Amino acid sequence: MDNEQAVFYSRVLTELTLTFHIIYATIGVGVPLMIFIAQWLGIKKQDEHYILLARRWTRGFIITVAVGVVTGTAIGLQLNLLWPTFMELAGNVIALPLFMETFAFFFEAIFLGIYLYTWDRFENQKKHMLLLIPVAVGASFSAIFITMVNAFMNAPQGFEMADGNLINVQPLIAMFNPAMPTKVAHVLATAYMTSAFILASIGAYRMLKGSDHVYHKKALLLTIKIGLVFSVASAIIGDFAGKYLAAYQPEKLAAMEWHFETEEGAALTLFGILQNGNEIKYSLELPYALSILAHGNPNAKVIGLDQFPAENIPPLYIHYLFNTMVLIGMGVTILALMYIIGKFLKRQFIYRRFFLWLIVTSGPLCMVAIEAGWWLAEVGRQPWVLRGILRTEDAATTSNQVDLMLYLFIGLYLILGIASAIVLIRMFRSNPVERELADMKGRG
Amino acid sequence: MSFELIGISVLWLFLFGYIIVASIDFGAGFFNAYSVLTNKQHIISNIIQRYLSPVWEVTNVFLVFFFVGMVGFFPGTAYFYGTILLVPASISIVLLAIRGAYYAFTTYGRLKSKFWTYLYGFSGLFIPASLSIVLTISEGGFIYIEDTRIILNYFALFASPLTWSIVILSLTSVLYISAVFLTWYANKAEDKNAAELMRKYALSWALPAIITALGIIVELRLHNPIHYNRLLDVWWLFVISFALFLITLRLIWVRKKYGVAFTVLVFQFLVAFFAYGVSHYPYLLYPHLTVTEGFTSEAMAIALIIAFIAGLCLLIPSLYLILKLFLFNKEYVQGKAK
Ligand code: HDD
Ligand code: HEM
Ligand code: HEM
Repeated sequence: MDNEQAVFYSRVLTELTLTFHIIYATIGVGVPLMIFIAQWLGIKKQDEHYILLARRWTRGFIITVAVGVVTGTAIGLQLNLLWPTFMELAGNVIALPLFMETFAFFFEAIFLGIYLYTWDRFENQKKHMLLLIPVAVGASFSAIFITMVNAFMNAPQGFEMADGNLINVQPLIAMFNPAMPTKVAHVLATAYMTSAFILASIGAYRMLKGSDHVYHKKALLLTIKIGLVFSVASAIIGDFAGKYLAAYQPEKLAAMEWHFETEEGAALTLFGILQNGNEIKYSLELPYALSILAHGNPNAKVIGLDQFPAENIPPLYIHYLFNTMVLIGMGVTILALMYIIGKFLKRQFIYRRFFLWLIVTSGPLCMVAIEAGWWLAEVGRQPWVLRGILRTEDAATTSNQVDLMLYLFIGLYLILGIASAIVLIRMFRSNPVERELADMKGRG
Repeated sequence: MSFELIGISVLWLFLFGYIIVASIDFGAGFFNAYSVLTNKQHIISNIIQRYLSPVWEVTNVFLVFFFVGMVGFFPGTAYFYGTILLVPASISIVLLAIRGAYYAFTTYGRLKSKFWTYLYGFSGLFIPASLSIVLTISEGGFIYIEDTRIILNYFALFASPLTWSIVILSLTSVLYISAVFLTWYANKAEDKNAAELMRKYALSWALPAIITALGIIVELRLHNPIHYNRLLDVWWLFVISFALFLITLRLIWVRKKYGVAFTVLVFQFLVAFFAYGVSHYPYLLYPHLTVTEGFTSEAMAIALIIAFIAGLCLLIPSLYLILKLFLFNKEYVQGKAK
């Protein structure tokens, strides 16, 4: 295997592992917060439905955590195996947040273990609920720390290079880089949003399957409310992410917007396909919108791809990824808004089959948006691993067996993905809410 | 104390922590599967499940801590070990992933069948074996450098008796550590049958564990004389370790103070592990990489140490809490509290 192939397979394997991990990681970040809110409402309102909600979500959550933990361990090791040069450099400069992340994992793991096995051990329910705080905080902080590392890859700083040597390393400056605020905030907000919509999907699905218990209605209203709040937040923060790009990574912004020529009062290109390299067909042009997205001013100048040498321009297909993400974001926000308004006005359309089906799609769609967003962010950084410093092709392993490892991991993720899905489905099917509620009554 | 020394000591300590908790975990999984195979599961399955359930994720974090910390304190290792370990470490990852996930699936997900119990139990023995390869490689002699590429010589690695003695040592100590711990745990649970069975296992694995440990020293003499001579410099540590071994054995034999027996065992391994580490120092990889060459910048070292101390302030009380609730809580251990 020559070096080019080693780079290719390393990239495919990294993409695969991250794409798989992020599904479980997103749930891992968001769901503890949802469980906490449900349990808190349950205690506050003395309503056993919310408590049961928290319990059932927790049961599903453990399965996703398990896969999140093992795939996370896989990436952590794999980054070293596939990108030794990158990790050596990264280890020198950005190891601090990575290291702190392990403490966040410890914290989360310990309290999750305690939480799971102490449902009936405290006289005071509130004490049990408090155990969730470290779980949720630990999970969110692992996302914060790892996203800091990723932000550093986009806007590396806090060190100097002198004849290939790193000098003057400043860990805190590297950690608090310009990409960090928007990235961290956007990743967190979208994780909460996605988790809320996934739980809403499950509730809507149960209602479609003929269960009209109020339990599901309560679950649906709660999750959609939370989803709405975070989807609005995600859109606002996403807008700031665009402004960050305009200032620090203009080539990424230009590529994702198909903005070929530098101009003032630039229009935003929506949809469309690209022909003969740079002819845009079938697109929708929103006048001045790109200048607004990039600088908050309709007449501002937006740098186009003409300013960059061809070898530094990321692949142009990221435009589709950006569109996918934004459309899904807009779509689920409108859906959630309609549900809340319908509920408020006591309209029945929100329980119609077609509307419930729309809600069922919202969770999976959000997950698609998460994937699209990460692919956009990562592919948009190409050809760099560390923007402006280290090219992807120079960072990969020189080992000859990367292709074999790729097949090995494809097998692993198939096994884990299918098994976790089967286990989750069986878990909820074999133990419907109605039965569990009746059992709880029976026990008194 | 230099920063390098602080860094490597902290990592070594956490690696030791991982070895102990993971040994208990791997061994317990194995004994569980073995008891199903021999129809004795009614005796020990409960005990094993009750201990493992709350702590399996914590065990995993010890490992993550070790390799993340290694790259943080010694980025040079990322380059060397990252390049050579692609295949062995990937295999370990797959085993760890399958084992961890299926543990959760069977315990929480009603995925009940003997097949998974066997998969879970026996894969646990391959993991220490595959992880221990790293220790073998660190002794040097298995890699060569061609132009700028670092290449691992698999043939030399698998043909070397050192490799196999380290693999066997890892297996025997996993089973020994685990059996002693579970004897104590079962005894606390006042489960006489389980404690007797585990005691039998502990006694039968004691001798193989100590013999293989001696075997390594012999192998090392041939493979890496420098390291061997430095081991001899700290011979007295091995004597202490051996004495501690005898104390554990004696206590188990006379069925007394299993808690003390296990604590002494931990110290036995701690002393031996640090003796090994001290004599390995300053090499991270013979003869290519030393602690000093692989070390990070001073600014990063200080930042990591501060983060570590702050992290410990969070960690120690939390670990204490989980131990108190699940290990030292009589009601839970005996299965009275849920
Ligand atoms: C549910 C998921 C979701 C939704 C609805 C949105 N995003 Fe997003 N987006 C992400 C999920 C995501 C993400 C997965 O969290 C990314 C990938 C990397 C990152 O930092 O966040 C991301 C990245 C990302 C980036 C690239 C940042 C970079 O590369 O540095 C931009 C410019 C936006 N988003 C902008 C938006 C806008 C204007 C949205 C308007 C609705 C939006 N996003 C909705
Ligand atoms: C979890 C969310 C993430 C996802 C889904 C993701 C996805 C991707 C994808 C799709 C690529 C490929 C780009 C290309 O080949 O064109 C990539 C590249 C890369 N990512 Fe990320 N990424 C994530 C977060 C991170 C983080 C937090 C780090 C660092 C700590 C990271 C490290 C890398 C590296 C080293 C590469 C270079 C390899 C390559 O270009 O293929 N990623 N990632
Ligand atoms: C290259 C990037 C990444 C690396 C190296 C990585 C590493 C890890 C590791 C080692 C674990 C297992 C920890 C344990 O043993 O408990 C893990 C789990 C986890 N990761 Fe990732 N991760 C990455 C990307 C992400 C991203 C982008 C997020 C959040 C958006 C995330 C969130 C989590 C969470 C919350 C967990 C805990 C498991 C769970 O609750 O599901 N990770 N990760």
